Amino acid sequence: MTAEHSNLAAAQGGATVIPVAVIVNGVTRGATVPARRLLSDFLRHDLRLTGTHVGCEHGVCGACTVLLDGEPVRSCLMFAVQAAGREVTTVEGCGTLAELGPVQQAFADCHGLQCGFCTPGFVTTITAYLRENPTPTEAEAREAISGNLCRCTGYQNIVKSVLRAADLIGEQS
Amino acid sequence: MKPAPFAYHAPRTLAEAIEVLGALGHDGKILAGGQSLIPMLSMRLAAPAHLIDINAVAGLNEIAVTPEAVRVGATVRHRALERSPQAYAVLPLLRQALVNVAHPAIRNRGTTVGSIAHADAAGEMPAVAALTGAVMEVAGPGGPREISAADFFTGPLETTLAPEEILTAVRFSRFPEGTLTGFLESARRSGDYAMAGVGVAVTVKQGSIVAARASFVSVTDIPDVLDLTPVLADVSAQDLPTRWDDLRGAVREHVSPESDIHASADYRRMLAGELTCRVVTQVMTR
Repeated sequence: MTAEHSNLAAAQGGATVIPVAVIVNGVTRGATVPARRLLSDFLRHDLRLTGTHVGCEHGVCGACTVLLDGEPVRSCLMFAVQAAGREVTTVEGCGTLAELGPVQQAFADCHGLQCGFCTPGFVTTITAYLRENPTPTEAEAREAISGNLCRCTGYQNIVKSVLRAADLIGEQS
Repeated sequence: MKPAPFAYHAPRTLAEAIEVLGALGHDGKILAGGQSLIPMLSMRLAAPAHLIDINAVAGLNEIAVTPEAVRVGATVRHRALERSPQAYAVLPLLRQALVNVAHPAIRNRGTTVGSIAHADAAGEMPAVAALTGAVMEVAGPGGPREISAADFFTGPLETTLAPEEILTAVRFSRFPEGTLTGFLESARRSGDYAMAGVGVAVTVKQGSIVAARASFVSVTDIPDVLDLTPVLADVSAQDLPTRWDDLRGAVREHVSPESDIHASADYRRMLAGELTCRVVTQVMTR
């Protein structure tokens, strides 16, 4: 523990409060938070980036998946303080309303979402996956989304969306 | 739910980490990948007063291949070990097992050494530690010590690691030349906890099996090793089916699964035997 952290901890009756700065979607954003603040809650409550959704809060559903230095991780399974100085990409960093990103466009094209609760986790997961495997087969696309739960679609249109996004990205490059 | 408040420590050196944990003992908990610990904190199954985050500790993030072993440091992610060509070249069992650990998003964060310290009998890597006869490298206020896998696991989620000790690395022993390995499990959903799983190491000379061992996931209280040599000795790939009944029998006798909503004990026992037959076939006909 740094001296600074020790002092803050003493002031909070043992629970550490820490200034945390994270590079979110290319912009450095900061807040002073308790050490127990999950990265998911830091994004939603402290930074007001509510695109990241919180489902099960124990790593099973995948709705809160964000990219940490480009790799998908569950934002409910790390503390904000652990992301200090790292690059985090949320669904807000995967495109804008005016200009959807390729994965978002593919979901719109293929009816890959219904209620949309799980979609942010799918978009981030698929964005990272297609960087690694730009031309997946249908079976690979299905496996790629196996860590994300959707209770509406039955997954068929999400698999189609993965393949469509791969095509869109292929056309761009 | 959210984790209970805690004091956060982020030591930069192992000496500092040992000092902090040594002073806290039972009140402190090591945080590495956190993929098992943080859910337990969020569900308030655990509420340590202090967390000691070792992710910034220098020197723990290394994979090293030696003539005897693959040495994995405490903060090496599952994903890094899975992708290491050097580790795969000398001990393919590591990757064969790691691809079964949850999903990539979990493996990007979770650590192999942390999952062994956690000692969940439903975890893949404790079984791999048992099967490879791994050596645990431990650091604590009393200095460093080593624990063999056979002496490490004592019960579900229980090990001989003392509260003030840190598991700093695991050395997965390499198998003798001619040893083939495989790993197979069955889960309700891809990446979910296995209902049953098995890793095998089969040593073959001139087409016949001379030694065979297996470790199991989710069907034993602690990860231990079943010696299958008596059942499989002198068998070639084409004669394997003549030993299926004996092999299934040996596995069913060894395992002690429990029933839950996902599968009955009988079903898990059947699965363990069947998966063992399949993975031995896979290994011998690859």
